[in-house]
Amino acid sequence: MSDTLGTDTAPGRQSQGTSRVGGTATAVPPAPPRAAGRRRGRARMRFEIALLSGPAIFMFVAFVIFPVALAAYYGFFRWQGYGPATDWVGLNNYRLIFTDPAFQQVLWHNFLIAGLSLVIQGPLAIIIALLLNQKIRGRSIIRVLIFVPYVISEVIVGTGWSLMLQAGGALNDLLAHIGLGSLQQDWLADPKLAIWTLMAIISWKYIGFAVILMLAGLQSIPEEIYEAAQIDGASYWQMQRRITLPLLAPTIRIWGFLSIIGSLQLFDLVYIVWGQYVAGTAGTSTMAIYMVAQGRDAGNYGYGSAVAVVMFLISLIVALIYQRFVLRRDLRGAVTEGAV
Amino acid sequence: MTATTAEPWSSAGKRGRPPGRGDSRAGRRKGNPFTYFVALLFIAVSIAPVLYIVIGGFRTNAQITASPAGLPHPWVVANYTGVLTSVTFWGELANSAVVAVASTLGIVVLGVMVSFVLARYDFKLKGAMYSLFAAGLMFPLVIAITPLYIVIKDLGLVDSLGGVIIPQIAFGLPTTVIILVPFLRAIPKEIEEAAAIDGTSRLGFFFRMVIPLSLPGVVTVGILAFIASWNNYVLPLYILNSQANYTLPLGVQMFSSEYSQDTAKVLAFTSLAMLPALVFFSIFQKRIVGGLTGAVKG
Repeated sequence: MSDTLGTDTAPGRQSQGTSRVGGTATAVPPAPPRAAGRRRGRARMRFEIALLSGPAIFMFVAFVIFPVALAAYYGFFRWQGYGPATDWVGLNNYRLIFTDPAFQQVLWHNFLIAGLSLVIQGPLAIIIALLLNQKIRGRSIIRVLIFVPYVISEVIVGTGWSLMLQAGGALNDLLAHIGLGSLQQDWLADPKLAIWTLMAIISWKYIGFAVILMLAGLQSIPEEIYEAAQIDGASYWQMQRRITLPLLAPTIRIWGFLSIIGSLQLFDLVYIVWGQYVAGTAGTSTMAIYMVAQGRDAGNYGYGSAVAVVMFLISLIVALIYQRFVLRRDLRGAVTEGAV
Repeated sequence: MTATTAEPWSSAGKRGRPPGRGDSRAGRRKGNPFTYFVALLFIAVSIAPVLYIVIGGFRTNAQITASPAGLPHPWVVANYTGVLTSVTFWGELANSAVVAVASTLGIVVLGVMVSFVLARYDFKLKGAMYSLFAAGLMFPLVIAITPLYIVIKDLGLVDSLGGVIIPQIAFGLPTTVIILVPFLRAIPKEIEEAAAIDGTSRLGFFFRMVIPLSLPGVVTVGILAFIASWNNYVLPLYILNSQANYTLPLGVQMFSSEYSQDTAKVLAFTSLAMLPALVFFSIFQKRIVGGLTGAVKG
C-alpha cells in the first residue's frame, strides 16, 4: 500500500487493485478490456459494497430488527422466558394489555408527557436560543454549561433529584429558609403533583439539547436577510417573527420529532426517581415501566414481549403520522433524496 | 467560538469557514443586561442540582439531616476518599470504561464503513439501506429491551460485558450513519477523481483520503457513542446480574439503595460517577455541537 501514487498508469493500477481486493472472493479471469473490464468493475464494486456495509447491516438486523420480530412471535405465547414457548394464547396478551386499566393509565401518561414536553420546552428553548444567539461575553462557556444536564446520565440526575425533592429534602428546606414554607410539598409522592415534578425534571434535563439544536438552526440563517430587513426598517421582534421563526421551522419540527419519540420511551428517570411501585401510585408510570414490571420482574416474558410490540407499534404510528403531516417538507431531502 | 455551520465537513474540520456563513451574524445585536440576566438564571438552574450533588458529598450526614439545603460546615473529604479507596467504585469504573471504549470502536468502525458506501457508491438498494438506518432512529433501545434480552440470553451472553457491548453497537449505528453520511458526501468529487487518475482504487481512496478527511465527523460520532454508552442504564440493568460486572449507572443505583441512610456517601459516589462523562464532554464539546448541526441540516 505504500507504493508511489501516480507513477503507474491508471489501468495497470486498476487491475492490480482488483487482484488485491477482489481476488480471493471473486476470482476474475484476466479478460480483454472494455466490456469485460466494465463487468469486472461492477463485480468489484458489488464486492466492496458487501465488504463495507455487510458488518453494519448484519449487526443492525441481528440486534435491532430481529429482536423486534422475535417479540412479535413471543407475544402470542404465555412464556416464562426459558425453554421453548409452547403455550399459545393467540391475541390474549394483547387483549389483556388493552383492557388493563393500568396500561391505559401509563399510555395516557406517555402522551401527556409528550404533549407537555413540546409545549413547555419548545417556546422556552426558542426564546433562550434567540437570547444566546446575540454577541455576548462567554458564549462558549454558557453553551457548555447549559448542556451539562443533558450529558449527565439519567441515573445520576434521578438520584440527585430524588434526594433533593424528598419531603425532608433540600428543596423544602430551601423554601422554609426563604420564607416560603407554605409552598412546601411532598413533591414526589403526591399524585396530583408528581407528574408536574416529573415534567420539571424532564424539562431541566432535556432543554439544553433543544437550545443547542435551535442555536445551530439560528446560525444557518443568512445574515443578509436581517440586513435587508433592517434597511427596510423592521424592528427586532418583527424580524424574529417574520424571518427567524419561519426559517427555524425545520429545526423546530425535527426537535419535536425527537422529543415525542423520547417521551414515548421514557424509562430511566421515572424508574430511578420513583421506582416501579411508587411510580404506579404517584401517577408517573410509563409504558416502559409497565413493560419492565409486567414482563421481566413478573417473569412473564410473553406478556412483556407483547407490551414491547404495542410500544413499538404506537411509536411507529406516531412517527408515521408526524412524518406525513409535519415533517413532509423536511424529509423530502433526508429520506427520499438522501440516497442520491 | 462556535463550530456550528451548515456544512459539517468543511466547518468542523477547519478554522476557516465558507464565505457568508459563520459567527459574524452573532454580532447583530450587542447583549444587554437583560440577556446576561436570563443567561445567568438559566445557567444557575442548569447547574444548581449538579452543584448540590457535588457539594453535598463534602458534608456529613448529620449536617445534611440538620439542614438539607445548607453548605458544608466544616468541609469533609471522608466521603470522597471513602469512595475512591473502595474496590467497588474502581471495578465499576473499569467496566464502564471497557464497555464504552469497545462500543465506541465498534460503532465508529462499522459506521464509517457503511456510511462510506451510502455516501459514495451508486447501487439499487441504496435508498432502502439508508431508510433502514434512518428508521432505526425511531426505535430506541428501551422498546426492544425485552426481546433483546431474550436474544442475548440465547447467545449465552447474559451477565457479561459483551452482552452489553454488542447491542450498543447495533443501536448506535443509526445516529452514526445519519451524522456521517453528509460528512462523507461533502468530500469533493474532485479529490476522488484526482485519486482515481493517480491510480488509487476506491478502497484505497477510502483508507487514504476518506478516513483522514472525515475525522471531525468521526470524532463527533465517537464522542456521542461514548457518552451514550457511559450513561446507558436499561441495557446493563437487564443483562448484568453480578455486582462484579456492574457498570457505573447500575453501581450508582445499587449504592444509593444499599446506603440509603448514608446520603453523604451516596452524593460523593454519584458525583464521582458523573465526572468522567463531564470531563470528556467539556474537552470535546465543540465537536458535539458541530456534529449535531450536521445531523439537523444533513
